[in-house]
Amino acid sequence: MSAGKAPTTTGGKGRPGRTPRARNRKEPVAKSSVSDEADFLARAWTMEVEAAERYSMLADAMHEHNNREVAELFRKLARIEQLHAEQLLEQNLTMHPPVLPPGGIRWGAGEGPETADPGELHYRMQPYHALQIALACEKRAQSFFAGYARDATRAAVRKAAREMAAEEGEHVRLIEEWLKRTPPPDKDWEHDPDPPAPSD
Amino acid sequence: MIDRPSTGTGTKGPSVSLALTGSGGAGVMTAGNILLEAAAQSGWYGLMVRSSGPQIRGGEAAALMRFAARPIDCLDDRYDVLIGIDWQNTHRFADEIPIDAASLMIGDPDQGNPPEIFVKHGSLQASVPFKQMAKAIPGGWPNMIMLGVAAALVGLPAETVKSVVRKSYKKGAEGLAAGLSAVDVGFAVGQTLPAVPQVPTPGGRGAPRWLITGNEAAGYGAVRGGVRFVAAYPITPTTEVLEWLAPAVSQLGGALVQAEDELASINMIIGASFGGVPALTATAGPGLALMTEALGLAVAAEVPIVVVDVMRGGPSTGIPAKSEQSDLNIAVSGLHGDAPRVVVAPNSVADCLAATQWAVHLAEAMQVPVIVLSDQYLGQTRAVVDRPADVSFIGERVISPAHANDYRRYVITESGISPMAIPGTPGVAYTADGLEHNERGIPSSQAPDHAAQLAKRERKLRQHDYGDRWAEIDGEGDLAVVTFGSCTGAVREGLARAAEKGLKARLVSMRLLAPAQPERLAKALQGVKRVLVVEQNYSGQFHRYLRADFDLPGEVRSFRRPGPLPIRPNEVYRQLTEWSRA
Amino acid sequence: MSTVAASAPPAPQAFKSDYKPIWCPGCGDYSVLTAVARAFAILELRPENVAVVSGIGCSSRIPAYTTCYGFHGVHGRALAAGTGLKIARPDLTVLVAGGDGDGYSIGGNHFLHACRRNVDLTYIVMDNHVYGMTKGQPSPTTEPDWNSKLSPGGTGLRTFHPLVIALAAGANFIARAFSGDPNGTAGMIAEAIRTPGFSFVEILSPCVTFRPEQREWKQQVRPAPVASTDDPGRAARRIITDDGFNIGVLYKGNRKPYQPSMGTATKRLTDLEAGFAI
Repeated sequence: MSAGKAPTTTGGKGRPGRTPRARNRKEPVAKSSVSDEADFLARAWTMEVEAAERYSMLADAMHEHNNREVAELFRKLARIEQLHAEQLLEQNLTMHPPVLPPGGIRWGAGEGPETADPGELHYRMQPYHALQIALACEKRAQSFFAGYARDATRAAVRKAAREMAAEEGEHVRLIEEWLKRTPPPDKDWEHDPDPPAPSD
Repeated sequence: MIDRPSTGTGTKGPSVSLALTGSGGAGVMTAGNILLEAAAQSGWYGLMVRSSGPQIRGGEAAALMRFAARPIDCLDDRYDVLIGIDWQNTHRFADEIPIDAASLMIGDPDQGNPPEIFVKHGSLQASVPFKQMAKAIPGGWPNMIMLGVAAALVGLPAETVKSVVRKSYKKGAEGLAAGLSAVDVGFAVGQTLPAVPQVPTPGGRGAPRWLITGNEAAGYGAVRGGVRFVAAYPITPTTEVLEWLAPAVSQLGGALVQAEDELASINMIIGASFGGVPALTATAGPGLALMTEALGLAVAAEVPIVVVDVMRGGPSTGIPAKSEQSDLNIAVSGLHGDAPRVVVAPNSVADCLAATQWAVHLAEAMQVPVIVLSDQYLGQTRAVVDRPADVSFIGERVISPAHANDYRRYVITESGISPMAIPGTPGVAYTADGLEHNERGIPSSQAPDHAAQLAKRERKLRQHDYGDRWAEIDGEGDLAVVTFGSCTGAVREGLARAAEKGLKARLVSMRLLAPAQPERLAKALQGVKRVLVVEQNYSGQFHRYLRADFDLPGEVRSFRRPGPLPIRPNEVYRQLTEWSRA
Repeated sequence: MSTVAASAPPAPQAFKSDYKPIWCPGCGDYSVLTAVARAFAILELRPENVAVVSGIGCSSRIPAYTTCYGFHGVHGRALAAGTGLKIARPDLTVLVAGGDGDGYSIGGNHFLHACRRNVDLTYIVMDNHVYGMTKGQPSPTTEPDWNSKLSPGGTGLRTFHPLVIALAAGANFIARAFSGDPNGTAGMIAEAIRTPGFSFVEILSPCVTFRPEQREWKQQVRPAPVASTDDPGRAARRIITDDGFNIGVLYKGNRKPYQPSMGTATKRLTDLEAGFAI
């Protein structure tokens, strides 16, 4: 196994070299596979629920690492996504969540479009970083729906997708506003004077 | 109510001891085994200890045997008869085969003179040309001639010997005929030789009896206790435990796995036991040393397991094929951290069964590892024993029901024992952990959790009612001998000889070595003014343990010797008489 | 076995416990946990019928983060504990988990013999090319020139090739996954569990604290260019020449799993006495 060109680094100092940034991801699913409105709803709902669960997990991780501010922010985002999921059901007059196959929806490559990547976290990250992650998630969600609005075969699905894309567009705008109100990261946001401490 | 050993064990009545020796390919062990089985068939008691050189095959070999009309648990101080098919390298056995002027030494004149180290004792000497006689019978073997001679000398009927030969001969009809003729020829010669002490004719067939080794008994005790999973790595002198268990545990619906090493063995049985199946491994000193980390895991995670340690000469590789009692230290205090566990020591070949069965019961009842300290002498000696009484307990684990409300695996209880959830049971899944943990099993570095769990694991052992099985206590007097394991036989016989001379002394043979129960030992030694501690190791591990963790009354002396030579009854007798005179 | 047949199979979230992982934010193991939970859900397992067995290290913390039965044992011995558990309880699904140090260094011998023995269990190794828990020493899969306190200038040692060794030692299913694709990883873990015999899934799982450059792994991994094979020779050539970033099932054999029969007695305890009776 060759090493590739990874830069060498001294272990033990806890000084990673990169700002966590949301990265581009491939489109998760082929649009023509959505055969009817129920299936589309199941995907949309799952997308929100998985996003909520993921933000919750990220909140827990940040809470365990004593980064309360970011934990609270992720917790808020989780609640927002959960709300979106519930709204989706209400809007479609369906009070019961769709039945999913065992193991959940199979997204084509990777995870749901709105699901944040846990690899993006850093224990010293600041709210600005978290919002950048959220912004990327919302943009992907918007793009996901825009794709269906364009390419879905059924008119009803295209209509629903148009509405959801608009929703997500609104979310994008809100997060952009939120970002403007949030201080950018400190110059030495990563710095931790203490060395790592093992526990096992 | 405990099962008492058969009366008169190692006490009254004469015995005869003989040693059969020869070098590679001579078939000394085969002859010895046939002789022992013939003795068993004739209603005698007896035992056979094997000794051999380091070669896998072809090495010098000695069968050390003793017969009596009553149960015997140890070798005698001397041998009445020494027979050598040849004398190659048999001088190496000199220390193990003490003979004197009253002994009879028989050799083949064509195989050279006996070693000087034997000759110097001035024993009576006789010649039997084994090789020549065997050659005279087509397909005949010298060891079968020797077998006939030995049988005649000790007074075993030739016909009984021949019936055992018929049963065991694997070489085919012609070989069998030759073997039987050889026995006849040897028997006839034996009757012309000088007389040796005879075993009195035993009374009719009484209680049922077994022919068994300690290793086999330990295996049987394990499955009787409920063990159905064994993982182990072969090691001298333990391998026979596994050889007996492999088909047995499978026939009982369990499995035995030969692991890649002792680290795998101990961890495999912990995994199986976590899954709810009583599990056991068997090893010797070096293997036990490798297992110590995982033993601590079983203590911390409260997973029941049994480890049989068949002790041998140490330290390190030591003397693999010889007995010693030098693993006491590692068994009672060899784990890192405060890690209480149970240590049980069988004190005779037959006791290996009940002790191992008890060990499984204790492990399961208290969810703790139990070490069974057997040794090479007990493990590999084949003996005629009274069939051990059935003991009623089998392992019983306290198990959690499904969906127990607020289930906490390591909940603090009065007894220290908390119900264990068995995988497959819904609603009570937990993670077992070697990390210190809280009641729910979640890792914790908090002081109160550590204190509570340490106390729980100690309390559950201390508060258990071990009953009368913790020790065998015999006799009265203000002199007591405290010992454990294979020394018990010799101590018992030494005490019996002393009693014949009017010297009264108590025997305390401890079966439960850990946890220490100082109050019970103090009670057993009430009124005692002199305590002799007997053990087979160099540094006095048992003596030190008793002094550290128990209260011993009056004056305490240590009589000890490391392996490979066993402690002999007369040595104990002399220690007692000398001390009582002082 | 549960008689609650009416209830739907548990969703992935049902396999995650309430205990919050202590893994560093950004650690690949979070995604592995997600993948494991998803795999169990895909297979419609129930938590009480699954046991997750681990050793020591960051990845080995995973059992308590699931709602399954868990066994957090000592360093390097998880495969032994898992083997004993599975042989004694063939009805359970046994997943053995750990890191590259636990599995390939101290656990190396048990790794060889687990592949050889081919008991029906699945072994996942969260490989981050470092000893994370003890603060950043090289592991057997660390590059020879990686500088560290214990090996300044690098170890200079050739890396351990776990997939090649697994194949040579007899593993029946060999795959490489990447934590950055949790659904793909879930699929491979599910297939591994479904495949009888010893299934080995090496999961590249970055350590953001001691190997932050591993955040670049997502640029380096690629789907394996060829479908999996059941020909060990072909698999050997592919695996021994790959650069460690081919993701997918690489080998799937047909070896019959090792499982002594448990639970059916052919003799009674008292029958065994006959061997001793005189």
